[in-house]
Amino acid sequence: MNPSPGTGTKCQILFTVNGEARKVLAHPMERLLDVLRNDLALKGTKEGCGEGECGSCSVLLDGMLVNSCLVPVVQATGASIVTIEGMSAQALMIPLQEAFLECGGTQCGICTPGMILAAVHLLEKTPEPAPADIREGLAGNLCRCTGYQQIFEAVAMAARRMVRK
Amino acid sequence: MRADPAEFRLVSPGDLQVVLSLLASEPTEWLPIAGGTDLMVLYSAGKLPNRKLVNIWNIPELRQIEVFPDTIRIGAACTYTALRGHDDVSREFPLLAAAASWTGGIANQNRGTLGGNIANASPAADSLPALLVYDAEVTLISVRGNRRVAYRDFHQGYKQTALAADELIRDISLPRRFSGYVSHARKVGARNAQAISKVCLAALGIIANGAIRDARLALGSVAPIPLRLHETERSLAGKKIEPSLIGTVRQSVEREIRPIDDIRSTARYRAAVAANLVVEFLEKLATERTRA
Repeated sequence: MNPSPGTGTKCQILFTVNGEARKVLAHPMERLLDVLRNDLALKGTKEGCGEGECGSCSVLLDGMLVNSCLVPVVQATGASIVTIEGMSAQALMIPLQEAFLECGGTQCGICTPGMILAAVHLLEKTPEPAPADIREGLAGNLCRCTGYQQIFEAVAMAARRMVRK
Repeated sequence: MRADPAEFRLVSPGDLQVVLSLLASEPTEWLPIAGGTDLMVLYSAGKLPNRKLVNIWNIPELRQIEVFPDTIRIGAACTYTALRGHDDVSREFPLLAAAASWTGGIANQNRGTLGGNIANASPAADSLPALLVYDAEVTLISVRGNRRVAYRDFHQGYKQTALAADELIRDISLPRRFSGYVSHARKVGARNAQAISKVCLAALGIIANGAIRDARLALGSVAPIPLRLHETERSLAGKKIEPSLIGTVRQSVEREIRPIDDIRSTARYRAAVAANLVVEFLEKLATERTRA
């Protein structure tokens, strides 16, 4: 899949980001997070802890929620990646955005992109989540502002509105 | 100090034999990386000892779960999400499915692997007590061939394992003979997701003629390695679950474990909780028996 680069050698990586084919030249151990932010200027993906504990850097990698700070970019070769910037094209985005605003699910905003992606990942698998499903689905995403309850309510509200449609 | 990616190699042959040849060519140099949930943390902190890594995330034979008449064989790079979502694993090995469900959060479960949990060899790993009580066996593979090691012999000391430098964990086999057992899994930590256990328990038991026929107990975070409580198990065999048993069981558990004080808890708290969890399991075993 990828030739054996020597130390210090960058390699060309092809993947799809938010529906667009992209090509980057990167060291294989570069974090997907850094490639998204620095090479592709997608600054919506935030770095919180940088060690997979906080979920701020969550993206979807081939439909799976991952912490992009823990993905060496070479493992994303050929993958389809969705970041918060790509969410505006998703049907779930409008109800989620409205519900986050109505419920006060966003304050400082650092956790919000990760929360939205975790919520989308949950609702795609579980369109009618129980409160426990929402708590579990978002348990890897830390928020230091809201106290979480507003976020849980926002996800529940968005789910109800989507199901009703 | 953050790591400089230019100082590292990461090759991605996508082929098991090529990976094994690399490991054999310079055995202590190459480090296999799957989902990266442990290694990328070390890497970012500048604490990764190796400069050469080989990707095993994209090796299909390491990602399979195969069901045979007597065993279920789990590829070492199967994720916690794959374990939780597998019907046979959830039904017959609920202790493993439960541990998978409270390892990390969803994002880490999508990337963290059972083989990685074993190789990382933390005494606090949530899935390892389950492997102990289910008599798991690991298959280690290298260019020299395959060998099978009982999981109970795999962890030899704090972060020390039977894995040779040129070997890779290929799969984990679980014998399908525990479906009649009552099982009990518990994690005690600051929270379930994203918190490392202060104490975790995996327990299996079966009652015959009103007495315990077999009890299998394993605890995490109470010793340098995930610990099977053989002496306590022996002391339970053939006994009726009654109040007089509970006191002696508590003493036996506290004698058998070797907990320490660390940032997450104290030895004293861990000893009390470990005993409580075993007693809680016995109470559940007695109740399920009454209901049956």
